[in-house]
Amino acid sequence: MTYRSFSFVLNVFLNLSAYTVTTAKSTNKKKTVARKKTGKASSGPDINASLSPEEKRELYRTMVRIRRFEERSLKSYTQEGKIGGFLHLYIGQESVAVGSVSLMEENDHVITAYRDHGHALAVGMTMKECMAELYGRATGCSKGKGGSMHFFAPDKRYWGGHGIVGGQTPLGAGLAYALKYKGLKGCCLCYLGDGAVNQGAYHESLNLAALWNLPVVYIIENNHYSMGTSQKRSSAGAPLAKRAEGYDMDWEVVDGSHIYNVRKACDVAMKRAREESRPSILEIQTYRYRGHSVADANDKKYRTKEEIQKYMNERDPINVFKQTLLEEKVLTEEDADQISKEARDEANESADFANESPYLDKEEILTDVYWESDNDRDEIQKGRIFFNDDF
Amino acid sequence: MPSITYRKALNDALAEELERDENVVIIGEEVAEYNGAYKVTEGLHARFGDKRVVDAPISEAGFIGMGIGASMLGVRPVMELMFWSFAYVAFDQIINNAASVRYMAGGTINCPIVIRGPANGGTNVGATHSHTPENFIANTPGLKVVCPATAYDAKGLMKTAIRDNDPVYVMENTLLYGQKWEVPEEEYTIPLGVADIKKEGSDITLIAHGRAVITSLEAARILEEEDGIKAEVVDLRSIRPLDEAAIVKSIQKTNRAVIVEENKPFCGVGAQIASLLQYQAFDYLDAPIERVSAIDAPQIYAKPLEDFQIPDASRVVAAARRIL
Repeated sequence: MTYRSFSFVLNVFLNLSAYTVTTAKSTNKKKTVARKKTGKASSGPDINASLSPEEKRELYRTMVRIRRFEERSLKSYTQEGKIGGFLHLYIGQESVAVGSVSLMEENDHVITAYRDHGHALAVGMTMKECMAELYGRATGCSKGKGGSMHFFAPDKRYWGGHGIVGGQTPLGAGLAYALKYKGLKGCCLCYLGDGAVNQGAYHESLNLAALWNLPVVYIIENNHYSMGTSQKRSSAGAPLAKRAEGYDMDWEVVDGSHIYNVRKACDVAMKRAREESRPSILEIQTYRYRGHSVADANDKKYRTKEEIQKYMNERDPINVFKQTLLEEKVLTEEDADQISKEARDEANESADFANESPYLDKEEILTDVYWESDNDRDEIQKGRIFFNDDF
Repeated sequence: MPSITYRKALNDALAEELERDENVVIIGEEVAEYNGAYKVTEGLHARFGDKRVVDAPISEAGFIGMGIGASMLGVRPVMELMFWSFAYVAFDQIINNAASVRYMAGGTINCPIVIRGPANGGTNVGATHSHTPENFIANTPGLKVVCPATAYDAKGLMKTAIRDNDPVYVMENTLLYGQKWEVPEEEYTIPLGVADIKKEGSDITLIAHGRAVITSLEAARILEEEDGIKAEVVDLRSIRPLDEAAIVKSIQKTNRAVIVEENKPFCGVGAQIASLLQYQAFDYLDAPIERVSAIDAPQIYAKPLEDFQIPDASRVVAAARRIL
């Protein structure tokens, strides 16, 4: 059902047939570049075939947990006034983070941009530490020093949470560089939005990754809008992943509405990174239902309610996966309701936890700035390093 | 004690640290096979090989950002900027990522990166290649800034910078690369945040960093010969952390201050030090604080005019005489 509607929807946005022609042309010119048709699952063994029923339910549960978390944070922001600043919600994109992160091995790492809550929960960060960070509280993952755009959990190999569009893409190459430098067999998943593909730092990173054979997988989460500007109005050429060819990199466009597609494509790219130390670009077609951030005018400004509704009805990654699991008899409607209820309860508990948590003391503004000043500084360095006379 | 160039001192520091710690890697444009645009890395590629000394494409944002990412996993990259003037195309990486990542991660990440290269005017290359960004780099909490004036300081500070667990940005000077100073053969390091009294004096204090220290020493010689004035020269060596105690102590002795820098004046390092002195040494000052900086325009190309734009000894002497 999803696949039928998929081609229609993509054609609306992307004029798919044109891509296929373009990629086919380049097939004749370049033998080293893998060319995959848009929207088709990757070739190779199906990584999803080996999933146990319990593993499938866990993937589903994590997607639902992300959505309930985001819905609760939205309520905290708009109705309760407990969260300030920017809040970029992941609602609609859950299959991307959950599918890709589910394939991580012990030396794999993750870094992403500012729409980072989904990846955080996918790597195993708790709702409580994430919600508390949104509330700016001391119990947050970054003690309230980072905020929505800057979640971190290096113990889970999750390196942020980066606020500047495209700014994390060289860091992703660097994590991969470090793996290679240390002789570790792993890869770095570096996520970016479709708006980030036009940043110079991204292109510099692609060149370095391909030139130096770095085990990094760039995952473009293409939700079709860089804030209020559609892909058509912001990016020359399509698909976006095809720019990989200029850097002699493998690439693929993936229908992200089904988590199996995401996993299948990521599995190929991650193995390529780990085993051949070669980078890839995956462009995963997805959609966000909410605005760029909570403060965004959304359907009042740059897209229609009907367009959003169409995605919700036909390509919602949670509904799509639920249907598959029902058909596979891995999940019942009652299971799904139970998972949703538990996730909602967990999200509510995390909001209560956050609300009851304290802020850091003011003195803590000056900790975590320098390793040196946090670590017995007198024995190491001298001189003044903070410069307020009244604090 | 052997006398070696500032360039050789840096080269020795890099070689010793490459030897000492296998996580140290040198990355930059032309650092390996070309042996360095200014020969600071000469011979290192031949000695340490492709893995440890790496030629980067002209992509400052890309390779510096990559170094920051690698440093989070324990690599200790020493990144060369051919000129600090090129830092501006990598500013998001240099300011946002390197300086803030530890903070935003609640102290769970270290970023032990060194970015080094020349930051000076006076080379007849016009505005785009003559920037001295120590003031606004030092404005960013999370970063450390070092400006060595001599070969001895360059070596000792560079070794400390590489061992430091925070981002340390070392600003060198092409006009000093070929100059020689005495440098001991045995290993030493110089802690950041410790100023050096380059010349003792009792009548006036000249406070400087980088090549302005050399200019100030020449000015001190002229003041002594022509005016019989004993000027003390305080070399800051590091801008952040800053050795405020050494500055204040000198003013308590001499009661007069001239702050000399090759940077432009507005919001320069001198402004910070003037603020410090009025706050911590108000009762010791017998005259207004003088500041000598580069003439406040984009760096001019024409050689004779650029030589005037950057402070020379005569401008420092003139400033000193105004408050004596």
